[in-house]
Amino acid sequence: MSTLLIAAAHVKGPHIDWAALSPFVVLAAGALVVLLVGLAGDASIRSRVVPTLALVALAGAIGTEIWRFPHAQTIVAGALRVDDLALIVDLVCAAAAAAAVLLSLRAQAPGEAGHGEFHGLLLFSVMGMAVLVSAQDLITLFLGLELLSIPLYVLCAAEYRREGSLESGLKYLIIGSVGSATLVYGLAMIYGATGQTGLGAIAHVLAGGHGTNILGDPLLLSGIALVVVGFAFKASVAPFHQWTPDVYEGAPTAITAFMATATKAAALAVFLRFFDVAVISEQTKWAPAVAALATATMLIGNVGALGQTSLKRMLGYSGVAQAGYMLSGVVVGTRLGVSATILYVVAYLLMNLAAFAVVQHQEAATGDDRIGGLSGLGRRSPVLAWSMTLAMLALAGVPGTVGFVGKFQLIHALVNGGYSWLAIILVVGAMISLGYYLRVVAAVWMSPEGTRAGVAPAAGAGGYAPIAGGSPEADRLPYPEVVVVAAVFAAATLFFGVIPGPLFHFAAHAGAAISGLF
Amino acid sequence: MTLSILIWLPLALALVAALAPARSVGRVAALLSLIPLGVAISFVARFHMADPALQFVTDKVWIGALGIHYKLGINGLNVSLVLLTTVLFSVSLAWSAMREVDRPRLYYFHFGLAESAVLGAFLAQDLLLFVAFFDLMLIPFYFLVGSWGSGERVRATIKMVIYTMVGSFLMLTAAVATGVIAAGDHGTSLNYTFSALQHLPLSRTDEDWIFLGFAAAFLVKMPITPFHGWLADAYKSMPIPAVAVFSGVVAKVASYGFLQIVLPLFPHAAHHFQVLMLIIALVSILWGTAMAFTTRDARLVIAYSSVAQMGFILLGIFSLRPQGGQGALLQMLNHGVVTAASFFLVAAAAARAGDSERLDDMGGIAFRAPVLATLFLIVTLANLAMPGSANFIGEFMILLGTFDSHMAIALIASVAVVGASFYGLRLFIRAMHNRVGGRVRSFEVRRSEAIAIVPLCLIILALAFFPQFGLSRSESTMKVAMYPAAAVGSSAPYALTGAEAALVSGRSGWWSYAPLSAVNHSPRKPRRVYIYAKTSTHRTVHQ
Repeated sequence: MSTLLIAAAHVKGPHIDWAALSPFVVLAAGALVVLLVGLAGDASIRSRVVPTLALVALAGAIGTEIWRFPHAQTIVAGALRVDDLALIVDLVCAAAAAAAVLLSLRAQAPGEAGHGEFHGLLLFSVMGMAVLVSAQDLITLFLGLELLSIPLYVLCAAEYRREGSLESGLKYLIIGSVGSATLVYGLAMIYGATGQTGLGAIAHVLAGGHGTNILGDPLLLSGIALVVVGFAFKASVAPFHQWTPDVYEGAPTAITAFMATATKAAALAVFLRFFDVAVISEQTKWAPAVAALATATMLIGNVGALGQTSLKRMLGYSGVAQAGYMLSGVVVGTRLGVSATILYVVAYLLMNLAAFAVVQHQEAATGDDRIGGLSGLGRRSPVLAWSMTLAMLALAGVPGTVGFVGKFQLIHALVNGGYSWLAIILVVGAMISLGYYLRVVAAVWMSPEGTRAGVAPAAGAGGYAPIAGGSPEADRLPYPEVVVVAAVFAAATLFFGVIPGPLFHFAAHAGAAISGLF
Repeated sequence: MTLSILIWLPLALALVAALAPARSVGRVAALLSLIPLGVAISFVARFHMADPALQFVTDKVWIGALGIHYKLGINGLNVSLVLLTTVLFSVSLAWSAMREVDRPRLYYFHFGLAESAVLGAFLAQDLLLFVAFFDLMLIPFYFLVGSWGSGERVRATIKMVIYTMVGSFLMLTAAVATGVIAAGDHGTSLNYTFSALQHLPLSRTDEDWIFLGFAAAFLVKMPITPFHGWLADAYKSMPIPAVAVFSGVVAKVASYGFLQIVLPLFPHAAHHFQVLMLIIALVSILWGTAMAFTTRDARLVIAYSSVAQMGFILLGIFSLRPQGGQGALLQMLNHGVVTAASFFLVAAAAARAGDSERLDDMGGIAFRAPVLATLFLIVTLANLAMPGSANFIGEFMILLGTFDSHMAIALIASVAVVGASFYGLRLFIRAMHNRVGGRVRSFEVRRSEAIAIVPLCLIILALAFFPQFGLSRSESTMKVAMYPAAAVGSSAPYALTGAEAALVSGRSGWWSYAPLSAVNHSPRKPRRVYIYAKTSTHRTVHQ
């Protein structure tokens, strides 16, 4: 059917519903304006106005996304579908990008790369994510993925005077290209096997008795396998996760925060689209394979994080593990599974951004991101210390935080879907994760033996010790915008942990967005 | 006055106390902690003893989509433990208030949070709410050990948290599975309240693995021997007031969980694993006794004696007899008071032995501190279950119940009772009498020590004269709680009164939990427990 539509498009352009397309339009227009203003000669315009414009564009995107929320629509000749699932993930990506803009306000990266380019690429990447999660067609899907990735390759290398950043960008470029290439091969094979590029049309062919046995058709099977590999690269699912810690460590922290949350959200959403729409009729066949991937991801990510001393590497491995948790919601192929995954994506955004804001502060203050460098943060900046604590406890899944709610819903979906064993693997992973999350909390609050006696608790408001052991970072006040990002996301972590009702309601919409699921 | 006030009052009062000047935060916090104590006393006074049903119930929907309720209530099983919690926290705060504490606001905040969480765990009548409070209890202790502990505190606290969270996460999975599978099997809406789940029995195989999940959490927390790896390091590092409440009440939440949750909800599995649990309990008793007798550290003597005592409590619970359960409950109460008092006494002895808790450095303290020695003797005699003490009655009832169900195990366990007098008297003699230790500078008990130790000794004496306090309130509820598990073994294990029978035999009334329209049972895909048929409202779809 969609081929017919595409054929028709040659004759006469497809009807475009501009209202439904508005989030994409706002992002694209914002990116172009930001690029243009970035050419201004005055440095203060570049460093002040450009980030503000980027924030305005993101706010516009968020506004239009909220506006379109209850109106699910398939637009542009069946290429994109703007439904609740897509809009929720778009909101997550836009929020992550807004946080990244705030975190990088006084960072080096935008200055070195050029403010216009930096923020323009960021907005293009967000637009790529929006296209990817809305994609209803293999071709749009690939377009979205590339639009997402290519700006990120550049952004990772934004601090091009620093070797680590260049290395990170190059590594991401090479590995990301391999992932993309694999994905294209897979998409081509699926097209070859089914003769369709639309996700719905593929599902129709598979359900219609033509390809009744997925295992019997090597072309389709290898196509699906290659597509999984391509997605797995983006979502950093083991064993395709090796780039994650290196790239996360090298990239500018604001970009790492954006990649860790938004890219993962988009990749998980496309996992959901592909498995729960295109190949849902074969769920009993692919579910064990995806479950195996999820298992490996949870265990490898958690074990890998145990030995890390760099916060960003640790968060990278933790992100791998968390991708495993989210992937387990894909396995069951139910509405409950979709809503559990989306709930966790939102939870992951909240807890991770709070953590990355603290990392950003620490890097600005001390120049590196060792876990040990957090020592004494509890005295120097209680707000950041509590944010970090809440973020770590939430990532570990402690009750009263949004991480607990997310894990709870995943376990619920898994038990309901007949995958109780995967639920047990999930909690085993969470147990291992305590080993590294708690080390961070310990570093924040529990100064090592011997140093405690020398430091008197600060009496005044704010709790800044005038000179804490003479270390340079004690004199550096955290930037207000970093504190705001940390505090807002940590507060949300706590709020939705205690009152998760709205979040469940929100995620149930995403579950209902994919029709044909149980 | 609702139970919510009782639960959240300690946390709120800790925040109020934080407004006080740093020097007097402790005093204010300790004084304010008398308010929850008073509230708890008022609830105990208004409790109807003969009524086996839940009293003072608060029931609100917390997370509607998942059927999780914020349901609180008091019955015979938790009424005394709630009182014990408030008493021990008040006493511990008083002990802390008499001493210098680094970063006092944060310290008392964590104490307030701990008290709220423990009370919440005791009062929760919803499975998920219980799990949430159970895990929340750990957080303040993580900080209390890590920030205010001694020795290898960071290592000790991470070890403790990992050990206990391993159990907790398994319990979380088991708890979610209980609700989901029960709803699926019976075609009802999701409901995690104990009262509903009691009437939605699971299949045998599901019960078995779910039981193991809960057992893992509770056995680690108690702790029982093969799962006690965190105990020595954590108890050694904890500040004394924290270890008093941890050993006194936090560990009791686990044994209480067996009585309130595991036995009524998973009776077949409880019967199935009865012998295994009894043997674990026995190993714990023997191993704890042996370790307490051989360790040279005074604090660890108390820690290991706790392992043995918790073994006795587990023995009583899994005798699956009401008298065994009653004995276990009484023993929880006794042990809570005795162990807290013992830790304070060890701290007092250490203060006289040059701040060393090693038995070798102590000795001869009694000579210049007769009152302290007397208090120590009272606690020691209670700990070794001297006839006349409430501990004696507790252990006697536990053994009575065990004799009734498994005589061989009871015989071995009764031999181990003797072991308690070995380590108890050894601790007392080594610390108080014998040759005066090298660095010992003894002095009489001080106000700052008496403020914690004397009230606890008075409670020990009161319980010795009036053990009915711990028994009468729970008698009826215990019979109801034990009945399903006991009924698996024999068709009519013991007689119930009318009100009790009504609570037990409500099993046929599961249909009173209306099916939710959003959830329906799936005939097409049997491996799926139920179908989540919630559709998004007000959607407009344009194709």
